[in-house]
Amino acid sequence: MFVRGLKRKCFDGEEDIEGTLAGIKAIPSYNLQRQSLLDMSLVKLQLCHMLVEPNLCRSVLIANTVRQIQEEMTQDGTWQMINTQSTGQASLDRLVSTDILCRSSREQAEGKHIPGYSTFNKDFEGDQTEDSSETMSTASSVQAPRNLQSNMWEMENPQENKGNFQKSLDQIFETLENKSPNSVEDLFSEVDNSYYDLDTMLTGMMNNTKMGHCDGLETFSSPATTTSNSNCKSDLNELDHIVEILVES
Amino acid sequence: ADIISTVEFNHTGELLATGDKGGRVVIFQREQESKNQPHRRGEYNVYSTFQSHEPEFDYLKSLEIEEKINKIRWLPQQNAAYFLLSTNDKTVKLWKVSERDKRPEGYNLKDEDGRLRDPSMITVLRVPVLRPMDLMVEATPRRVFANAHTYHINSISVNSDYETYMSADDLRINLWNFEITNQSFNIVDIKPANMEELTEVITAAEFHPHHCNTFVYSSSKGTIRLCDMRASALCDRHAKFFEEPEDPSNRSFFSEIISSISDVKFSHSGRYIMTRDYLTVKVWDLNMENRPIETYQVHDYLRSKLCSLYENDCIFDKFECVWNGSDSVIMTGSYNNFFRMFDRHTKRDVTLEASRESSKPRAVLKPRKVCVGGKRRKDEISVDSLDFSKKILHTAWHPSENIIAVAATNNLYIFQDKVN
Repeated sequence: MFVRGLKRKCFDGEEDIEGTLAGIKAIPSYNLQRQSLLDMSLVKLQLCHMLVEPNLCRSVLIANTVRQIQEEMTQDGTWQMINTQSTGQASLDRLVSTDILCRSSREQAEGKHIPGYSTFNKDFEGDQTEDSSETMSTASSVQAPRNLQSNMWEMENPQENKGNFQKSLDQIFETLENKSPNSVEDLFSEVDNSYYDLDTMLTGMMNNTKMGHCDGLETFSSPATTTSNSNCKSDLNELDHIVEILVES
Repeated sequence: ADIISTVEFNHTGELLATGDKGGRVVIFQREQESKNQPHRRGEYNVYSTFQSHEPEFDYLKSLEIEEKINKIRWLPQQNAAYFLLSTNDKTVKLWKVSERDKRPEGYNLKDEDGRLRDPSMITVLRVPVLRPMDLMVEATPRRVFANAHTYHINSISVNSDYETYMSADDLRINLWNFEITNQSFNIVDIKPANMEELTEVITAAEFHPHHCNTFVYSSSKGTIRLCDMRASALCDRHAKFFEEPEDPSNRSFFSEIISSISDVKFSHSGRYIMTRDYLTVKVWDLNMENRPIETYQVHDYLRSKLCSLYENDCIFDKFECVWNGSDSVIMTGSYNNFFRMFDRHTKRDVTLEASRESSKPRAVLKPRKVCVGGKRRKDEISVDSLDFSKKILHTAWHPSENIIAVAATNNLYIFQDKVN
């Protein structure tokens, strides 16, 4: 946890990110930063499920943030498919329940080509599913510019990822200073298979472990491709799962 | 010493209570001002210390219930004893704090050690007399109000009828009678039928200072609802709804989080309410629901740091706010052990620091300034040097004098107006 000063920057310092959304979409790193915020939020929700008694207010606020990002990604992703869909930021009032949101996105996503899975770590390349048509070679240094494809995660066979599960979690949680890798393994040792999906989605954070995900994003110089709606589909499944966790707790 | 989690003056300002993370309550009492030293204001000394709550374990959920005292509220004094309510996440307790400075001596049937005397040996009758003894302050739990909250209690508020009080958790508010501990009335319930649809929680609640039928509660979406208990038993429909329209130019993914209200307080007059969200303090007129009448920036330089503050969880810190006795000045805390005061009439504000290094006893506090960019002057501190682990969440203002109590983690600071 950061206690002294705020050396790490994420959205910080980039005022246009916090400006009107319509103008931002032209900036290549916006999608990356949004994805990073989504990843961070999902990790936070996972963590607070593990703690003794989760703070309900905090969980609700994080879940709402995740929902907002999902909404926006849905609109981005289906923007070209559905011409009649309004482009404005959907107000949360119109969001009846995440179930409905998920359903409509999934239906729209059917039959669409699923872009390749991008990886930032050589260890993962061999574990990708049959569906991924493109894999990117990675540079060893996080500083090197990359062709960043949208992160995408399938409902993969958990066994394939199991080998990397502990390792990836360790790398993810190195960035969270208040957790030691060992304690994280203990936390997740009894987790059921559905958590593995979260892991693969979070591999986007992997490469940033050395610098922290906020800093790492700023080094990407190549433009990101548009987020695919399958990105939202997987993320929305994750949101369902997170909300289930909230409900059960 | 443990981390202080709540600070509260009683209605006369004679007593100051603090609750801490270890479930302890420490009460300070103001020295009587002596005629010999009229210039020396009364200082606060420890009056009583007791363990209010103990850690518990909820076996059903396999969760620990923290003993941390979330709030203390005093009852107005009605006799020689003092009464206060203290609460942790689940249980509210009514404590009686009373003094004993005399004891009876000269019983007939027992001797000074308490041993019974042989009645056949008693030849003379005497009347017991009260003799002075060293002052003893004892705290006894008089009522325990338990098992009424599924979620964490965030607020308690004593009603102006002095017979009832309310306790609020994340989703429900209950009304209690002080005499009845096995029953409470649910007056607000915002729990959705399907918890997956939950998007908003109650963050604070308070009774109106004069109208015993009126109370307000704030939410995590930045709204305040005023309810009238005469309208119906379950106050799910508000009488007034206070919400400021969102500024579209400031919209970000963090907009909702920073709009979440962490504290709501009626003014002493009962005409206004003050709310605290992450970056601002707002004053609302009860007669105008569509926007606040005043907005004060507490630490706007953090607006560009919201992502980092989200990452390290500081964005979820719950700051409280207080009015002074005349409702002319409001005060709230910030980071780096800074706290801020805003004069509503002159529109001037000041930043002060509560730390050992920057304040010696009886020295006047020096105003502090945060440098937001460009050249940093000698006494200024830059935003990046702020210590976010030193947060002032809890402060209190004496009901009639300019005396403030500031809780800085595990230290309590009491500041007074400079005496000329």
